[in-house]
Amino acid sequence: MKVSGKVFKYGSDVNTDVIIPARYLNSTTEEELAVHCMEDIDGTFVKNVAKGDIIVAEDNFGCGSSREHAPMAIKASGISLVIANSFARIFYRNSINIGLPILECPEAVAGISAGDTVSCDLDTGTVTDETTGITYKAQPFPPFIQGIIEAGGLMNYVKKA
Amino acid sequence: MMTMSQKILAHKSGLDKVEAGQLISAKPDVILSNDITGPVAVNEFNKAGCTMRDASKVVMVMDHFAPNKDIKSAENCKDCRTFCALHGIENFYDVGRMGIEHALLPEKGLVGAGDLVIGADSHTCTYGALGAFSTGVGSTDVAAAMASGELWFKVPSAIKVVLTGKPQKFVCGKDVILHLIGLIGVDGALYKSLEFTGDGVKHISVDDRFTICNMAIEAGAKNGIFPVDDVALEYMKGRFVREPEIFEADEDAEYDDAVEINLSELKPTVAFPHLPENTKTKWEEVKIDQVVIGSCTNGHISDLRAAASLMKGRKVADGVRVIVIPATQQIYLDALREGLIETFINAGAVVSTPTCGPCLGGYMGVLADGEKAVSTTNRNFVGRMGHTGSEIYLASPYVAAASALTGYLTSPEDL
Repeated sequence: MKVSGKVFKYGSDVNTDVIIPARYLNSTTEEELAVHCMEDIDGTFVKNVAKGDIIVAEDNFGCGSSREHAPMAIKASGISLVIANSFARIFYRNSINIGLPILECPEAVAGISAGDTVSCDLDTGTVTDETTGITYKAQPFPPFIQGIIEAGGLMNYVKKA
Repeated sequence: MMTMSQKILAHKSGLDKVEAGQLISAKPDVILSNDITGPVAVNEFNKAGCTMRDASKVVMVMDHFAPNKDIKSAENCKDCRTFCALHGIENFYDVGRMGIEHALLPEKGLVGAGDLVIGADSHTCTYGALGAFSTGVGSTDVAAAMASGELWFKVPSAIKVVLTGKPQKFVCGKDVILHLIGLIGVDGALYKSLEFTGDGVKHISVDDRFTICNMAIEAGAKNGIFPVDDVALEYMKGRFVREPEIFEADEDAEYDDAVEINLSELKPTVAFPHLPENTKTKWEEVKIDQVVIGSCTNGHISDLRAAASLMKGRKVADGVRVIVIPATQQIYLDALREGLIETFINAGAVVSTPTCGPCLGGYMGVLADGEKAVSTTNRNFVGRMGHTGSEIYLASPYVAAASALTGYLTSPEDL
């Protein structure tokens, strides 16, 4: 699968409280959560995000709470991929389980700027910054995780097993 | 060759041996969720048309926005209630029976040594205090585990945390874990186990071990775990619904790193805004507006005793709002019988029914723009307790109580 969009760039330790503040956790619907995505770190995100856009962040993205509402909100906002130096582990699980594409690629994080147009072949992990023309290679997922992704998330994977 | 955490994972996946990085499927003893994460799990479970594998392993606690703060929260609790009734889930804890989940489960004996516990709440790592492998997961993980009885795990490597010495007066579990997070950072143990060991362990109470393991996630850890000693066994005696199974790290277990903490050198420690790693033991004047004493981190009876020991016969400073939240009904009752509740009310604090409430900015003490709070909770991220312009100072019940009395961030030693 290929994705492409413009980049929103953030620093380290972007936590789940700023991705989707707890005051909105009384909702469980993606559409309602998406309206408040990134609200406490980037008040203009929702206004500016377009379908296919990509988040690029530094270390420990998604740290804090286990709330699956965080990757749900990001996915429903239109974001097609999150690239980071590293992810907090529950966010990492949740993203894989619900089918939000994520990649760890410090070289891409270092090279890509906010507003760049980036494309990615999720099958090969090849990330291309269309604005600069530079290509990066992310770490591929282990086969077991690839299996969950290919099944379309954990519930489908469990049903197949 | 294996760490304590790895041994439990090997046992629960039916393997003789596991290695760091290995992907395994293991069978949890307890599958926990709450009124925030439970409804998402219920949705996923129903959407996929699953059948319940073993209802006796499932626990749901209505604690985050309960007693319900608004109509949406009420609907979420109703969905959980209906789901539990439909599937015969006996361990459903509603208002009147509930407490903050990570204080409630050990108190009820639902978790203990040797268990594999998963919970759709990041602070599920708390139960490592009793020698369980216990870790936070997502709602879909909970749905999958309820359906299949199993879940995937990546076997973690570990950091060994060697505790030596004996804590001085006014130093408790919160200071130990804040000090550690200050040392290694909020991603210092990312994907890893924090395995506590050393002669100092015997000087740390079970309540303090809960506090320490509770915040392992604030260093990014997958789990925190203590060895099972007489102190832990005594706590589980007559309480734990299964027999404690004791696992120990091998002599030659491999660790990524080792950190030594001399407990006798620790001071009351505060994490400044906006990350738990911003720890200080000395500070300039910080005027405060609110104090929260409670949460899964520090709502235990020993925490309330610590706060009351400083507040007895004294008054909360003018302009400071103090909210005390016993973590469970039993803790509330014990505090009542011991006269702690009277101490708090006489001092000018309010005492709330158990709830996560203000810790995550839900209700019962949300902060306005520019306000500062000293809180015994676990996170001080931007906007965590309310307005993005508010500030949270994470501290022990001693520091929180001392600050409540002076109106400024105060070490109990300076009271």
